[in-house]
Amino acid sequence: MTVSPPEHREYAEAPELLQGWGGTSPSRSIVWHPHDADEVAQRLHAPHDGTSTESEDDVDADPMPRGVVARGLGRSYGDAAQNAGGHVLAATALDRVLELDADAGTVRCEAGASLEMLLHLLVPLGWFPTVVPGTRQVTIGGAIASDVHGKFRHGSFCDYVEQAVLVTPAHGPITISATEHADAFWATAGGMGLTGTVTEATLRLHPIETSAMVVDTVRCADVDECMAAMVEGDGPYRYSVAWIDCLAKGRALGRSILERGNHARVDDLPARHRGKPLAYPSPFQPVVPFTPPSGLLNPLTIKALNELWFRKSPAHPHHGVRSIPSFFHPLDNIVGWNRVYGTRGFVQYQPVVPYGQEAVIRRMLEQLAVHGLASFVSVLKRFEGANAGHLSFPAPGWTLALDIPVGDPELAPLLDRFDEWVLEAGGRVYLAKDARVSPEHFAAMYPRLDEWRAVRNRLDPNGLLNSDLARRLHMLEK
Amino acid sequence: MRDSLGDVESVLVLGGRSEIALAAVRALVARRTRTVILAVRDPATVTHELAELRVAGVDASAITFDATAFATHDGVLRDVWATHGDIDVVIVAFATMGDEDESARDERAARDVIDTTFTGAVTAMNATADLMERQGHGSIVVLSSVAAMRPRQKILTYAAAKAGLDAYARGLGDRLHGTGVDVTVVRPGFVHTRMTAGKPPAPFATDAPTVGKAIVEGIRRRSPVVFVPDVLRAAMPVLQLLPRPVWRRLRE
Repeated sequence: MTVSPPEHREYAEAPELLQGWGGTSPSRSIVWHPHDADEVAQRLHAPHDGTSTESEDDVDADPMPRGVVARGLGRSYGDAAQNAGGHVLAATALDRVLELDADAGTVRCEAGASLEMLLHLLVPLGWFPTVVPGTRQVTIGGAIASDVHGKFRHGSFCDYVEQAVLVTPAHGPITISATEHADAFWATAGGMGLTGTVTEATLRLHPIETSAMVVDTVRCADVDECMAAMVEGDGPYRYSVAWIDCLAKGRALGRSILERGNHARVDDLPARHRGKPLAYPSPFQPVVPFTPPSGLLNPLTIKALNELWFRKSPAHPHHGVRSIPSFFHPLDNIVGWNRVYGTRGFVQYQPVVPYGQEAVIRRMLEQLAVHGLASFVSVLKRFEGANAGHLSFPAPGWTLALDIPVGDPELAPLLDRFDEWVLEAGGRVYLAKDARVSPEHFAAMYPRLDEWRAVRNRLDPNGLLNSDLARRLHMLEK
Repeated sequence: MRDSLGDVESVLVLGGRSEIALAAVRALVARRTRTVILAVRDPATVTHELAELRVAGVDASAITFDATAFATHDGVLRDVWATHGDIDVVIVAFATMGDEDESARDERAARDVIDTTFTGAVTAMNATADLMERQGHGSIVVLSSVAAMRPRQKILTYAAAKAGLDAYARGLGDRLHGTGVDVTVVRPGFVHTRMTAGKPPAPFATDAPTVGKAIVEGIRRRSPVVFVPDVLRAAMPVLQLLPRPVWRRLRE
């Protein structure tokens, strides 16, 4: 068998119109499907001699003239995993689980492996990924690039990444961790795929006795009561989240359902389930069959849905056993739920503000209610700490996530105003959700941006890694 | 780079003296637009507009562009991209209305109207489409007119050229479907501007700032066709259906 020299290698690639999960900002990229991690290393690390000029006639000579960014399952809401006119590395084929170390409680897998897949493998063996975001449909590479968080408030995804292999244009594959190439590791944690492409990672797992959750549910009359309940009572719970009804006004402003839980022990299960405590069946998943016109979800229907969501929760504090999917990923149970927002799509606005700035959260809820800008199932969570990631989102404080349909011309200026309040409060917005923050606000919200750029530029001196997000927020400049 | 709510960073106006296009630029600058390039026959004619934009904190510049020098369009547009990088929005705003009596008599006058309003716009749109397809995103805004839907005799040559432009632009929008580039055709009714000064206004007359706002909204929604005012969307099809004897009697 002959192997063609790298410069003549044929890559599996084709142009495709890509969008984020919010269904906004379409742009066309050339989607490249690498077969294995070696192919990634070969193409990203291919020596650029620096003699090629940028003139249009040389476009064919440069294999990726507008750069490249990796894409997993496309769950970031905005434009992070697309690269208009350039290349996008589709990582989902690199999905092998490489090694499970039951003694150490770690799993090593390729970056395109999804949490869905890992849960099916790990839960029956008594292990659980320490940090699980609101969807199982994320790749490990994507989870690192966004340093995702979940209902676990003691850290985010990268805090439990033992090590990872990062393919960088400057050095090819390097092993990074909190101790080895630490600056590259922390620039990559939340670095939105712009420091290199992660091809594999080792995750620290949490041992579980059963595949069930014991969950306590309480209704809170308003947002203040909800926040107070979280601060006072979160202690014994590993996971906590509040679902807020944003359309309730006046005294009911921010009425919410607080759900807190722990992994169930065998004793917690009903007797008939104790025989197979770790069984993890696939739930039935209805599919949204088509994208309805925008406007199906409007203030009126969202109000009705929020009412339903609120009423379906028990009126009195309730203690019960639930499955992992129903507690962690309720929306995953409807495949393609994002499509119900219609052809114009939706934006998710997720800021974090420090403790003591609760008034900002309340003010945002008030303004949304005043403008009748509806958000279905808004989520409030807390973070206890932050990690060393330069652009990592979590910070001690409150984080609110709002899904808002696109269409109302008032939305853009209103969210700009929210940005200013968040900035004043010393907070920031989450890049994995963002699709509209201004470059100026972004730079002010992430004061370690220049530090990140310095590390990034060392790993990718020619600016090969690029994305629509990076262009929109001027992330690579300076 | 355009954001998810339709705010854009950079805009190029072909026909940078157009009051309608400048009104749209002002509305864009009020949001996120920070780069504006005005392409005009003589850059000295827009110094006042550039100064106004710079005061607003915009990186504003003017370049020389001749609508009827078709062969130069590709090169002029490539230079814009080479200098400024990605351009989010291109507004095709140049046109010549001419004098209809002169156009009917003088071959050169008729050709001037058609070459500018139709042929030049086609070559400029094609060059723009090519560059935007390469960058993988963008919006092309084409100023048409409701006159394109049923030409009035007072402006027959102009209206027919606009009809050609309108048809081409819509077809271009279809051709570009799936490329991340969209085309918005703007059909204002009678707009009070320099070009229409002294002409008797038609019903539903509007002004440049209103059309400018409608253009921004069209960009935001990626609308294929925008009517200004919106009532013309319903009224024009009725006018189109009028029997010809009635239509002839309607001429002012």
